[in-house]
Amino acid sequence: MAFIEIDEIDLTYRNSAGDEDDSGTLALQGASVTMERGDFISLVGPSGCGKSTLLKVVAGLIKANKGRVSVAGQIVDRPLKIVGMAFQNATLLPWRSTRENVLLPMEIVEPHRQQFRREKAKYEAMADDLLATVGLDGFGDRAPWQLSGGMQQRAQLCRALVHEPDLLLLDEPFGALDAFTREELWDVLQTLYMKRQCTVMLVTHDLREAVYLADKVYVMSARPGRIILERDIEMERPRTLEHMYRRETVELVQELRHHINIARSDDE
Amino acid sequence: MSSKTVERLSPWLVTLACIVVWEIGVRLFDVPAVVLPTASSSFYAVWEFRVALWHNAVPTLIATLLGFGIAVVFGIVLGVFIGISKPVYAALYPLLVAFNSIPKVAVVPILMVWFGIGLTTATITAFILCFFPIVVNVAVALATIEPELRDVLRALGAHERDIVIKVGIPRSLPYLFASLKIAITLAFVGAVIAETVAGGDGIGHLMLVASSNFNMALMIAGLIVIAAMAIGMYAIFAVLDNRFTGWATRGDIQYATAGG
Repeated sequence: MAFIEIDEIDLTYRNSAGDEDDSGTLALQGASVTMERGDFISLVGPSGCGKSTLLKVVAGLIKANKGRVSVAGQIVDRPLKIVGMAFQNATLLPWRSTRENVLLPMEIVEPHRQQFRREKAKYEAMADDLLATVGLDGFGDRAPWQLSGGMQQRAQLCRALVHEPDLLLLDEPFGALDAFTREELWDVLQTLYMKRQCTVMLVTHDLREAVYLADKVYVMSARPGRIILERDIEMERPRTLEHMYRRETVELVQELRHHINIARSDDE
Repeated sequence: MSSKTVERLSPWLVTLACIVVWEIGVRLFDVPAVVLPTASSSFYAVWEFRVALWHNAVPTLIATLLGFGIAVVFGIVLGVFIGISKPVYAALYPLLVAFNSIPKVAVVPILMVWFGIGLTTATITAFILCFFPIVVNVAVALATIEPELRDVLRALGAHERDIVIKVGIPRSLPYLFASLKIAITLAFVGAVIAETVAGGDGIGHLMLVASSNFNMALMIAGLIVIAAMAIGMYAIFAVLDNRFTGWATRGDIQYATAGG
């Protein structure tokens, strides 16, 4: 059995709670994805196609109306406890230092929760190590608002990974950054991925980002979202920006763009 | 004189300027003392009636602080429930708005019948006047937790209780302190209204008596005492606010290093 099996799920958003006649907005229809442990996939598609919704369904934050989702052999019917998530907004807590922000999951996830107070020093050292791997060495004591946008995203990645989750869900984590910072962070994420070997689902608007990072890119249709194309990316790791300017990579990105353009025009 | 010093002195200078304008204006236009006494005679009245003012300021302060204290506890508890639960919000919010729009002066006679004249009525009036901003601010802070942050925590298996403790409550502190600064001044208004309408002890009652004697200087002196107490309480909460929620203004660190 695959690590993640998303099988033909439908999902309708109700516009207002409890309204019987309300047919709602159909966000996903027959979406299916299968992933093995340690896979890195990207989800791309026109905006509003339900990419983020699909992530939330996998995390168990929203329930699908139809179809089956299982992670690690378990049917997902409540929020999973093995997930790290990161979003476009860093959502770091301004009253905590960067280090305390990174350690937030440790105060919630078992078994760390029980040990946190007793072994605070050990956890703090762990957070500092993790911050150092993303290039934030010595920034642990700073308040989040003293960090730049790119640095906040680095800290957010640390927060998503500190409890060594089996599954990392990323919803456009680099969407609000400038192009240079974004490309730097692709490399940071790749390094973390190669080190931790966790399973990653990345939602993005940036096709080059999808190709740079993932082993497989899934293209989704316009709403209601389903998978219209799966494309394996066979580039050796570690990948570098130089890979992105090779002809076959450029052609691949063009091909994906073409599919998304078709999906978008179907919508109109 | 640096601009920092000017900024620090400006409230004192403006206050002083107002008092000077008052003094000169009254003398210049020869306003009778029963209409408006001079600033100097009003401040002198504070000294002159210091015993009566002191005896009446204490009950006012007690009623205000009791009413305020109850409002803080009640407001936070109710605010938390309204903030974290949509059904509770839906059920109670219209009621709260309706209640808040009732002129509180009109409630005092009812309270008088129920609780008689004195501390209880003044305390309850202070309470009902000042709990609303506390409830609303706490509820808003909890209801507006970023959905992404909620998702991050829920995906870790956090319970609603974890979310409230780790995020909701710290996040609501700046809102809470903002509301406390409003609430403490409203509590004074409530206590004085009750004393004015219902009588008993207190500055409000003292002013009512002064009014019936055409002792305008004493009335102004009463106002000065109330204002001074309110500013004092406000200042205490402003200091606490700065102490606990400096992160919200983000200026704490520069402020400290600039020696402000």
